[in-house]
Amino acid sequence: MPELHPLLAIDLAVEADRIVDAMRRSVRGTMKRKGAVLGLSGGIDSSVCAALAVRAFGADKVMGLHMPETDSADETLELSQLMADSLGIDTALENITPILEGAGCYRRRDDAIRSVIPEYGTGWRSKIVLPSVVESDSFRVFSVVAQPPEGDPIKVRLPLQAYLEVVAATNFKQRTRKMLEYYWADRLNYAVIGTPNHQEYDQGFFVKNGDGSADFKPIAHLYKTQVYALAEHLGVPGEICRRPPTTDTYSMPQTQEEFYFSLPYDRMDLCLYGMDHGMSPAEVAPLVGLRTEQAERVYADIVGKRKAARYLHLSPQLVGSAAEDHTA
Amino acid sequence: MSIIETVNANQIEAQLREFIVENFFVEDELDATESLTDAGVIDSTGVLEVVSWIEDTFAVTVPDADILPDNLDSIARIVRYVTGCVGA
Repeated sequence: MPELHPLLAIDLAVEADRIVDAMRRSVRGTMKRKGAVLGLSGGIDSSVCAALAVRAFGADKVMGLHMPETDSADETLELSQLMADSLGIDTALENITPILEGAGCYRRRDDAIRSVIPEYGTGWRSKIVLPSVVESDSFRVFSVVAQPPEGDPIKVRLPLQAYLEVVAATNFKQRTRKMLEYYWADRLNYAVIGTPNHQEYDQGFFVKNGDGSADFKPIAHLYKTQVYALAEHLGVPGEICRRPPTTDTYSMPQTQEEFYFSLPYDRMDLCLYGMDHGMSPAEVAPLVGLRTEQAERVYADIVGKRKAARYLHLSPQLVGSAAEDHTA
Repeated sequence: MSIIETVNANQIEAQLREFIVENFFVEDELDATESLTDAGVIDSTGVLEVVSWIEDTFAVTVPDADILPDNLDSIARIVRYVTGCVGA
């Protein structure tokens, strides 16, 4: 686990108290909900959110959901249960594979992959990947990597329609999980806690109406390395803190850098911080071990992702005033 | 550039501008050298749309190594790239 850079230093105890207070005021005061539901992924973000929710509402008012599917990593369920046990919260196991099969998630995705790799079939595994921002100035367009049961991976650039279809089909996973979180929230009269960190929230690393949907997002303002530091402060088990960030969405192992971000999270934190605090790429570059032109490409990638994220953050648009202001 | 090459480049630019206006919902007031990404005309999905348009319209294959800002990030660059591909 990387050290928290001095630029990102926060008082962890004060920050935890501030978040817990805000969660209580919003969930109990504004929403009039009794507790919190959240999906547990065995990763650092959902684990920290669960620990904060327990501080805010008590272990008996937090419901953790395990929602694995056929492509989930083996350790996902093991680590998410470890977190739940360490907090003493109730959990429910909702295997979402049958729902995804019913919705055609896997079939639609596999048909799209077969449109570019005709031999793709039973027993193959796959993921989609982006080229490195740091190593190349090419536009970042996705390729699919597919591996037969016995054989080397094949990598093919995804044309527009296949790319859109793979993403659309895969997004069933995040949307199905959110549907179940709201089922549990409704039946318990709880609020749904969303788990994005600052990098994810800022750069749009979420599915609209999927993991992007929630009633409260307690760590959306925290850089990823701050989340790790908070995890240690909150006593999140070491196995979870040491797990490399993963999308856990495709059947082949996939890092978040392959799928979305242009740098490993600790260096991305510093680039985001630098960009938002008026530091030039030349000033940030030595902090993250890059040349200036590489840092310039990272900045450009962040700008591009923020533009794309605007649609993801956009609320439904109305032609005119349709009701009193319910958000007041 | 010969007269024939110039004529073909002009035709390609006209086709490209029509595609951009219809597909990305922008007015045809773009400077030929203006960055399409900086102007917010195309994003990463838009790049794929441009590549698909080139491949479908001119019956060429755009290699992965050619998907570069130098080739695709302005009207002038796309015209130059396509002109090179089709040997106009």
